[in-house]
Amino acid sequence: MNCCNNKPIFESYDGNRLCKIHFNAYLEGKVFKTIRQFELLDKEENLGVAISGGKDSLTVLSILKRLSMQNPNIKICAIAIDEGIAGYRDRTLATAQEFCDKNNIRLHIFSYKEEFGLSLDEMLKILNVKPCTICGIFRRYLLNKKSKELKLTKLATGHNLDDECQSILMNQMRNDMKASARLGPKVGMVQDEKFVQRIKPLYLCAEKEVTTYAFLNRMLDSFNECPNAIHSYRAQVRDMLNVMEQKFLGTKYSIVNSFIQMLPMLKEKFSCGAIKVCSRCSEPCSKDICNACVYLERLKNKAVSSLIEPKPLNN
Amino acid sequence: MTIKVKAYIDRENRKVEVELKGSPKVSDLMKKLKINPVTVIVSRNNELILEDGMLKNNDEIRILSVISGG
Repeated sequence: MNCCNNKPIFESYDGNRLCKIHFNAYLEGKVFKTIRQFELLDKEENLGVAISGGKDSLTVLSILKRLSMQNPNIKICAIAIDEGIAGYRDRTLATAQEFCDKNNIRLHIFSYKEEFGLSLDEMLKILNVKPCTICGIFRRYLLNKKSKELKLTKLATGHNLDDECQSILMNQMRNDMKASARLGPKVGMVQDEKFVQRIKPLYLCAEKEVTTYAFLNRMLDSFNECPNAIHSYRAQVRDMLNVMEQKFLGTKYSIVNSFIQMLPMLKEKFSCGAIKVCSRCSEPCSKDICNACVYLERLKNKAVSSLIEPKPLNN
Repeated sequence: MTIKVKAYIDRENRKVEVELKGSPKVSDLMKKLKINPVTVIVSRNNELILEDGMLKNNDEIRILSVISGG
């Protein structure tokens, strides 16, 4: 059914056909509803938004910026991580900087090279590991550490419905329900001052919806995909899900909605009590030494040249 | 009747010219190019068109991937 007499530009999985104006209102309304439903924001926030320059993070930043303009108690800034992926991250960071300059948003950029002494590309020359594994560990480490340094109360990310759906299935196929217990619109199982709470305002927005919003609002840059993404298990799960979604519309919503019902039980079952801290860097972790320090130690042991000596992690 | 459509596929950074029979829709172009419509949005003259949008001879179509990041 069409929303009005204007030309429809989007059709939802349940058959609603929306024009540009009604689609923008629909997506923004969905994000605001998600924030209310899952209590993602308090009345006062010093909110960081983790951005890459891609459509998802710029969409969430754009909508949260609008929210902060309506509500002066919500202060906002952006954080970007430069992993050092030649030919990819430099381009997306330029887009991120341009967007922030245009919208009067302060952008903080932190790099692997500066923080760890090595770029991701250099790390991958030393260690024979899957790029996304090591990249994710260092990125999460830096985001949490720098968010605390910036005294952020929460960190919003651009994770969307498709991302969550992929994570749910990946964890099930690996029999890792403990990892699933950490999913959801509010990341993690416990609230602790060692963690800056991460939130996902696009939790119920499908990737196609976010792309449509980014296109309509001129935030869609030329196609950019991390060159390491083809190696990932996630990419294969994503393709499988898209085939299922084509055959059975609404599959992704069904997976995430059923997961939301299970999530409280998972959190209760895998509740881990007090958070430990890494004995080397004092960042939160589940073991004695955090994964970032473990990988840095491996990098140090395998480094072939003093020119690429990793830095020690300090408090 | 056969029409010709030029399509730019951004994920592959390539342009293709496709011949379609009858009164083809965007969904027919997707089938011909073996692209899953869930994974793309489609534009003509910088305006989005739906899967049931009709195509015309000499249309220039952009097929934009919704997949990004990594």
